[in-house]
Amino acid sequence: MKILVVDDEQDVKTLFEQRFRKEIKNGEIILAFAFSGEEALEFMNANEHEAVLILSDINMPGMSGLELLKHIKEKFEKPPPIVMMITAYGDKDNYNEAIKLGADDFLTKPVDFIALKEKLKTKTQ
Amino acid sequence: MINLDYLLIFFIAKYLRSSLKTQETNPIWDLRLKWIMYASPVLLLSGFLMNKIFPGQEIISALLLVGFTYLLYSREIFRPARQIVIAIAPYVIVNLFNLVIKYFMPDRYKTWDSTLDNISTFAILWGVGVWIVTNRQRKALAKATAQVIAKEKDNQIITQMKADLEVQVKERTAEITKQKEELEEALHELKSMQSQLIQSEKMASLGELTAGIAHEIQNPLNFVNNFSEVNAELIEELKNEKRKPKDERDDELENILLHDLAANEEKINHHGKRADAIVKGMLMHSRKNSGLKEPTDLNAICDEYLRLSYHGLRAKDKNFNADLKTDFDDALGKIDIVPQDFGRVLLNIFNNAFYAVNEKFKAQKNIANTTYKPLVTVQTKKLDDKTEISIRDNGNGIPANIIDKVFQPFFTTKPTGSGTGLGLSLSYDIVKAHGGEIRVESKEGEGTEFLIQLPGV
Repeated sequence: MKILVVDDEQDVKTLFEQRFRKEIKNGEIILAFAFSGEEALEFMNANEHEAVLILSDINMPGMSGLELLKHIKEKFEKPPPIVMMITAYGDKDNYNEAIKLGADDFLTKPVDFIALKEKLKTKTQ
Repeated sequence: MINLDYLLIFFIAKYLRSSLKTQETNPIWDLRLKWIMYASPVLLLSGFLMNKIFPGQEIISALLLVGFTYLLYSREIFRPARQIVIAIAPYVIVNLFNLVIKYFMPDRYKTWDSTLDNISTFAILWGVGVWIVTNRQRKALAKATAQVIAKEKDNQIITQMKADLEVQVKERTAEITKQKEELEEALHELKSMQSQLIQSEKMASLGELTAGIAHEIQNPLNFVNNFSEVNAELIEELKNEKRKPKDERDDELENILLHDLAANEEKINHHGKRADAIVKGMLMHSRKNSGLKEPTDLNAICDEYLRLSYHGLRAKDKNFNADLKTDFDDALGKIDIVPQDFGRVLLNIFNNAFYAVNEKFKAQKNIANTTYKPLVTVQTKKLDDKTEISIRDNGNGIPANIIDKVFQPFFTTKPTGSGTGLGLSLSYDIVKAHGGEIRVESKEGEGTEFLIQLPGV
């Protein structure tokens, strides 16, 4: 399973690599990172259909996670990648907007990695 | 021949009554003069009739005139009319002299007749002359008196006016004093209100900061928690590896685990310090200003307040988004500023920049195919003997007719309750207090740039 993680914080990369150390080692998961919405779109254009799951932070300078979600759901129809949104602000507006735009799940920071791993398992089965 | 003596008595009595106004000043003498007035024509008539039977009536009239003249001369009340005595005295004496000659020396009388007539005529002319002169003097006196009275009246009016003026001046002075006191009180109130406003402006910007600060602290704390959890797992794994018999142990794995542990430890430390710096910055902003300049990393403080401002606005408006672009000159080094004060300047300008791009963003949202992307840029630059900070936004810009007013106290274009109108005015004062310059350039529809130049590099 290939996961694209989009977040403006550089250390998110290190954290995810550490958190999914075993899964990466076993070859269950391949992680890719983008640090902005624009970068994420570039990556998806270059590596079509490869990203299975996109964890995107809503709060990013420039293109926001919601805009990215909208672009992804419009552009990449087959197969539609699973998009999970992550935000520090767990408010209703963001949640409703994300669901309306077709987000598959909605997580709030701080990310509970055990729960995330469970969700990844069920989503990809 | 009509007896002149009685006529004289009559007219003099009449004149005295009118000129001395005896009716009011001396009723007793008025009555007496009245009697004399009425008596004289009666005596004149009776003397005329009696002269046939008892010649020499003129002696009686002459004596009466002498008596009357004496009366005028001797009585205090007639002193103002002394001129009459002078006027008639020659006539009275000549008249008496004539009669003495006429009756006691009839022979001489016949020879002296023409001479005596002449003397009589002179006496009468004298009387008339004195009368004319007196009249003239009287008129001149009356005129002078009238002038004096008029002058006195004028003086009275002037005195009255002076008194009125004095009263008015007193009233005005009291009024002005009262106004001055009221103004002083108002000024005092304004001053205390101003300090309150400055404090509430500080608190308002702190309030805007809070959300940004919460977000900014949350992120490093998440990293601290996550990396320490990861490290706990790694340590457990390392322990398991070490428990294995020596020939089964994977040296390479152990090295990787140790390397990761160290790397994660570094991250924990880094993010802990990051949270620490944010809290310190917040305390710096809210606590009483020390007012002391200290060497400060301008790039760091710009970055910190840019993020705080951005996340503060994000927390308030979930739909808000903006690109942040920083272009920091690494050659800048530390410069002497009061960090709390200068942080407020930056915060104010960043808040305004984000507000401007958000307003434009909201207005453009309903336009289809809009390509507008909110952008706020911060740039620092080392000049010859100065440091320059430029803060640009691509918002709606400031209309030319109000750009001169943006640094004025209480000037704001934000809706009531959204801005105190003190932010930029305080910023201006702070930059000036640092010996620096702040100016604004703007193009309507394209954006605004604030330029701050601080002395020293």
